[in-house]
Amino acid sequence: MSALLEARNIGKRFGGVQALKDVSLTIASGEIYGLIGPNGAGKTTFFNVLTGLYPRDAGEVLFQGTPLKLGNPSAVAAAGVARTFQNIRLFANMTALENVMVGRYVRTRSGVIGAVLRTRRTREEETAIQRRAEELLHYVGIPHRANDLARNLSYGDQRRLEIARALATEPKLLALDEPAAGMNATETAELRKLIVGLRDDGLTVLLIEHDVKLVMGLCDRVAVLDYGEKIVEDVPEVVQRHPQVIEAYLGTGHG
Amino acid sequence: METLLQQIINGIVLGAVYALVALGYTMVYGILGLINFAHGEVVMVGAMVTLAVIKLLAGTGLPLVVQLLIGLAVSIPACMALGAGIERVAYRPLRNAPRLAPLITAIGVSIILQYLVVLVWGRTYHPYPELLPTTPFDLAGARISPAQVAIIFFSALVMAGLLWLVHHTRLGRAMRATAENPVVARLMGVNVNHVVTMTFAIGSALGAVAGVLVSINYSVAHYQMGFILGLKAFTAAVLGGIGNLGGAMVGGLLLGLIEALGSGYVGDLTGGLFGSNYRDVFAFLVLIVVLIFRPSGLLGERVAERA
Amino acid sequence: MGQPGKNIMIQINKKPWWGVVLVAVALAVLPFITGAAFGPAWVRVLDFALLYVLLSLGLNIVVGYAGLLDLGYVAFYAVGAYLYALASSPHLIQNFPAIAALFPAGLHGPIWLLLPAGALLAGVFGVLLGAPTLRLRGDYLAIVTLGFGEIVRIFMNNLYRPVNITNGAQGITQIDGIHIGSLALDRTQNILGLAVPSLHLYYYLFLALVLLIIVVSVRLEDSRIGRAWVAIREDEVAAKACGINTRNVKLLAFAMGASFGGVAGGLFAGFQQFVSPESFQLIDSIMILAMVVLGGMGHIPGVILGSLLLTGLPELFRYSATPVQQMLFGKVLIDPETLRMLLFGLTLVVVMLYRPAGLWPEKRRSRELEQKRGEAA
Repeated sequence: MSALLEARNIGKRFGGVQALKDVSLTIASGEIYGLIGPNGAGKTTFFNVLTGLYPRDAGEVLFQGTPLKLGNPSAVAAAGVARTFQNIRLFANMTALENVMVGRYVRTRSGVIGAVLRTRRTREEETAIQRRAEELLHYVGIPHRANDLARNLSYGDQRRLEIARALATEPKLLALDEPAAGMNATETAELRKLIVGLRDDGLTVLLIEHDVKLVMGLCDRVAVLDYGEKIVEDVPEVVQRHPQVIEAYLGTGHG
Repeated sequence: METLLQQIINGIVLGAVYALVALGYTMVYGILGLINFAHGEVVMVGAMVTLAVIKLLAGTGLPLVVQLLIGLAVSIPACMALGAGIERVAYRPLRNAPRLAPLITAIGVSIILQYLVVLVWGRTYHPYPELLPTTPFDLAGARISPAQVAIIFFSALVMAGLLWLVHHTRLGRAMRATAENPVVARLMGVNVNHVVTMTFAIGSALGAVAGVLVSINYSVAHYQMGFILGLKAFTAAVLGGIGNLGGAMVGGLLLGLIEALGSGYVGDLTGGLFGSNYRDVFAFLVLIVVLIFRPSGLLGERVAERA
Repeated sequence: MGQPGKNIMIQINKKPWWGVVLVAVALAVLPFITGAAFGPAWVRVLDFALLYVLLSLGLNIVVGYAGLLDLGYVAFYAVGAYLYALASSPHLIQNFPAIAALFPAGLHGPIWLLLPAGALLAGVFGVLLGAPTLRLRGDYLAIVTLGFGEIVRIFMNNLYRPVNITNGAQGITQIDGIHIGSLALDRTQNILGLAVPSLHLYYYLFLALVLLIIVVSVRLEDSRIGRAWVAIREDEVAAKACGINTRNVKLLAFAMGASFGGVAGGLFAGFQQFVSPESFQLIDSIMILAMVVLGGMGHIPGVILGSLLLTGLPELFRYSATPVQQMLFGKVLIDPETLRMLLFGLTLVVVMLYRPAGLWPEKRRSRELEQKRGEAA
């Protein structure tokens, strides 16, 4: 198993609350990795540290063997980690196509001078950006919404658009923060198909989910967080039977 | 060179007025997230209306302090109505509009108020009557006038009243709830529109008092006095952490002290190179430096980016 | 599948050629018609209107695209103006013997050098202001930029001692008019047998620069950088997550916007042949912002409309206040200047109340507003 991402002893506190304590985990190349835990277990905090949004207090993350610049989200994205947000964050007043085109920013070069002079290189790059964005909209299944404002898309389509935008940054690791939240059964099934497709196309996926059934059915390996600490990290069959996990979900501790 | 104590006293007097005006900005900002650019003009109107009343009373032979109190009794309600009216006409229809739209109406309202005052009272500088004795007495080598003492006293009194109102009354509770989350406050039965109206009214009342105090301090009133005063006060509110009542008071006092000490001392330190002409530069530089290290102001809460 | 908002230049090119010719002819004869019908004072208003179009298009990049509220924009205008003023007036020569020795023929900077230099210097000032402050949230940034504008003005007012650089509140006089090659724009020129007054010549120069800046704006808007600006305006956190280095991209917006202001400043100094701190006050920053917002933030035609209206209307009020009152009341009841300002303030309020997204907003913005209204109802 070759490790794509290795988080070592991540620690994070907010004021007096230790949100993450000594969390270490390893995500292998080409797998779907699930991160679950009860409400407030620290999943999203971990996610935000990993993607550079929150500065961490301790630990480091190795990505393809080199440390990620934690605390700097754009550098993390440039290194090849893309993410979506739990409560969808699209550029609401840009079209779906433009949203995805913004995702290409980090892999393109043109600057002000190229834009003002409309150099051939810039025009070619612009065409390539647009073509790639259209392909990605097609890939996630919403090519017909290309020219609609993001805010006018349905909830399910907004989730898809966010994934397309993340894919536009050419990530090696795609991190999805509760992508099934608020979806109905049909939408969840479609999402599941999409995620499996991503993995089959060679992408590594990190999935935070509330929906334990979805995670257990979908993920190659799963880690469980509780009170900011990792309880277990293993294949779903083992994790499901782990006594601490059962207690975390059913036990008295969380009412 | 004046003594350090003298500069500090001057700074506190100035700062007290800034704080009063800054409270008006910060209350509105706390509740609506809006910069009420017209607030400085409300302050100016307060000074002008009070002056007009005092001029009317000039022949009555009433003691000046009584005249002042009658003047305030007229100008405070007038400014409260004005502030609430501005909100009703220029801001309320724009609650869901793009963020800058109310800023432009505020500028429009400012211009209208300034020139309405010109229409009634003209463009001249109006000498303010000596309502309080300005003959200074000696305090440990510094000279302080009863008027200055009164300014500090009045300001402190009004601010204490405001704090009591916000923390110990039903209206205050509703204001705090609305500032926290207007949607939830509405669900909990708070009449948000009423709270907003009252916020503007109270802020304007403080502004009226500030307008009179500052006019007494400088012995003059003018239709453009509100602009620069409002600007300074808003700076003070941001310095302290906008939306925070304590921040407005701290910011106001600090700004007053910086200006007094800056203009008094930096000139001497630099051999007259950077004299009192640069007073506002010090004020803004301190603001910029504070914001670089504390982006939400001195007492503002740190707002982490939420994912 | 259509392409709304894409490639405006191509759309213009697709328009019938005679339409373009018609507009070009109209713009070319405009100063002559205006001069003949209303007198030279109105041609001057036209010139200023074009300067304000330049300024508001610059501010539009910062406020309209990148969503950064800048209340000190006039400082960049001042930087460009003072650079031009110092480099093409006797002021420095009179005050610094060393400079006089260096330029025995006097300082007469050529326009092709001074405008780019003004753009560059203003851009540097933009970066200097932006670098420490851009992580501030919206309204905090507004007050810091406001402070910066005031600081620049205070320095212009006071940098006349110990060495006289700006000549303080008196300002700098005897500035050269603009020369393009051997063509002096500050006097009437005989072009192809037609006497073209100075005001008209400046009109054509300003118009050319306005067209240039429009092309630059359109191209920037529809580029990788332009999309990054709008993305930051829409959601900064999401923009970061997309790999956009928001700090640098915002700095770029500041520098670009500032450089437009620097160009406008140089033109202003050459046109007026006089600069003083009076021309660069907070109220001027606010006016430019009002032009952008009133016209329609982020929408080039709207911003142009806003600047033309807010430059033209006060003048219209100024010239009509007295005669209209004479006609209505038989005498002048209200001082024309006061009336003009009252009407101006009223215009700002009324337009914003009825068109909160501006007079001519971007389509997507007006849609956004309708939707919000729908939700609120």
